[in-house]
Amino acid sequence: MRFLHPGKSFSVELLIYLSNFMTTTISKLKLKPLQKSPTGIRGLDEITGGGLPTGRPTLICGGTGCGKTMLAMEFLVHGAQAFGEAGVFMAFEETAEEITQNVVALGFDLKALIARKLLRLDYVHIDRSEFEETGEYNLEGLFIRLGYAIDSINAKRVVLDTVEGLFAGLPNQAVVRAELRRLFRWLKEKNVTVIMTGERGDGMLTRYGLEEYVSDCVITLDHRVVDQVTTRRMRIVKYRGTTHGTNEYPFLIDADGISVWPVTSVQLEHQASNERIPSGIDRLDTMLGGQGYYRGSSILLSGMAGTGKTSVAATFANATCRRGGRSLFFSFEESPSQLMRNMSSIGLDLQQWVKKGSLHFQTVRPFYHGLEMHLARTIKLITEFAPDVVIVDPISGLETTGNALEVKAALMRLMDFLKMKGITALLTDLTRAGNAVDRSNSDISSLVDTWLVVRDIELNGERNRGLHVLKSRGMAHSNQVREFFMSDNGVQLKDVYIGPNGMLTGSARMAEEARERAQQVSRHEELERQQLSLERKRIIIEAQIAALRAEFGVEEATTQRLITQEKQHSASLALAEAEMGRNRQRDVVKEKGTLALKNERKGGKA
Amino acid sequence: MKRGSKKPAKVSRAASSFEWDLRLYVAGPTLKSLAALRNLEQICEQHLAGHYQIKVIDLMKNPHLAQGDQIVAVPTLVRKTPSPVRRIIGNLADIGRVLESLDLQPHNFNGQY
Repeated sequence: MRFLHPGKSFSVELLIYLSNFMTTTISKLKLKPLQKSPTGIRGLDEITGGGLPTGRPTLICGGTGCGKTMLAMEFLVHGAQAFGEAGVFMAFEETAEEITQNVVALGFDLKALIARKLLRLDYVHIDRSEFEETGEYNLEGLFIRLGYAIDSINAKRVVLDTVEGLFAGLPNQAVVRAELRRLFRWLKEKNVTVIMTGERGDGMLTRYGLEEYVSDCVITLDHRVVDQVTTRRMRIVKYRGTTHGTNEYPFLIDADGISVWPVTSVQLEHQASNERIPSGIDRLDTMLGGQGYYRGSSILLSGMAGTGKTSVAATFANATCRRGGRSLFFSFEESPSQLMRNMSSIGLDLQQWVKKGSLHFQTVRPFYHGLEMHLARTIKLITEFAPDVVIVDPISGLETTGNALEVKAALMRLMDFLKMKGITALLTDLTRAGNAVDRSNSDISSLVDTWLVVRDIELNGERNRGLHVLKSRGMAHSNQVREFFMSDNGVQLKDVYIGPNGMLTGSARMAEEARERAQQVSRHEELERQQLSLERKRIIIEAQIAALRAEFGVEEATTQRLITQEKQHSASLALAEAEMGRNRQRDVVKEKGTLALKNERKGGKA
Repeated sequence: MKRGSKKPAKVSRAASSFEWDLRLYVAGPTLKSLAALRNLEQICEQHLAGHYQIKVIDLMKNPHLAQGDQIVAVPTLVRKTPSPVRRIIGNLADIGRVLESLDLQPHNFNGQY
């Protein structure tokens, strides 16, 4: 613990030290908690908390071809180039020429370093057949050689690769062991930081038990083959006086040398962004609260084969590049040119972004490297490319590399890493036939922030695509299924038909719409017909009324005429009677009226 | 230190005239070094009288010479000539082994190689 907080405990340390050893020299007072010499190897300094213990030996052990020599050489070269510390490489297995040649591929010019007195190579050739043992001896010659090499360039770093050559080359193992013990004591006195490499032994860290000489720091390298795929791993077995990462970390050896990618963080400490990032599909943005995804969130897009996952992903990448962002596209199923050709069919010109350098396709099949290695490579590439958006198409491609648990763990680490970097991730996932669409194969649904499901809707002998938002954390999102189209103008979403016959898509939707239109027309016609018939009825009734009225008119006229005739008749009758009376000289009846009425009544009857 | 000073006559002869060019690498005047030189001189006198030269190289004084002859252990005796080069480590106490290694089998050796 005391080394963990150097600043805090240093004064306490000092007091104890002073009270106990009043006679301590000034130089001893300068002791610091634990100095570390940075290796300059990416990631290794991170997991060792700063590098290898300064002035002490470190054992790097592992099987053949696991990268021991390379790690040791990088320690020296970086020491010379970056930290100004000269180094001595004492090789027991390869000649200086071979070593020089081996690291040319990494861009290390050892000859130049040697000329600048920053490096010294010493090849120790020990061949048992050339040695005859004829009495007592020690390895002072080796000490002198090493001492001379160190002093001649004032080296601070030493690599012994590998002292096991002494065991193999010299007959007397007891002498070798005793001398090695002395060697490491002597090296500590010289205050040089030493890397000693060692071949892995049977049931031991090293074949000759070198670990017993090195008690400060032991690192194992491993080159494991699982399912025909090799993965390089590194583990710090022991690091006295300091905390260190204890896991096995995958590491890479590529054109840039060794790099370790410690991606085992389990903390969720990333800052959540309120910034939104459009998906490139307008209707999808409106489904996601009108603004698209959250920046730095992870989006899962799952669906069956051929549902257009890649198109949605490519649209997102395209939109990001158009806004001036950078996209990194991991494609495990299509080559870049195939992908670009296919996407041009829906009107996405991805070529221009690739040329501009804002879009990069990475299309290595994951099982080529193994899961851990693949993850490490992925993270290396992401770190170097620094994208705004990462697309993994599809994550199901990773499943070929390991069991479900491993894949889930790897994806979790990848997503944590991306979130820490604030990179928006779009992962597509192929739903296998027979699986529920709302179940992702890798069981990472709980890890993602937004989950879009693209699914087949099969109806009336026709397959159509529907898209819906299964979940989207932290935003109001549409609960509706949208019909999903791919046209010359890219991906489009449309409302689906929802009617009495359920949800319809595609031609069924169109047919249903047509039927509905036809129904509407016929209803309209019916109404018109009824209106017409009413009108006709009205006309008929009006005609009938007119006829009746005409009939009535005729009758009325006839009656009037009869009445008139009768009146005339009566009048003429009265006239004729009066005439007759005059003629007969009839007397005038007083009661004129009565007589007149009688006459009238007569006339009326006639 | 020693530098073959005990028998300066043998060491100081011109190098080219000796068939046997022997170099003894030591690290300071240790007991092992002294024993090795004593044993070597004894063997040479006995088997190679007049045909050898011994050069004692003290690596303490000339550490840069260690790399050239691939010296790891001390004392180391290097037979430069006659070829092939031979390396014998230890204080040369096992005289039989030394003779064998140097191809100086005692039974049929006639003084000329």
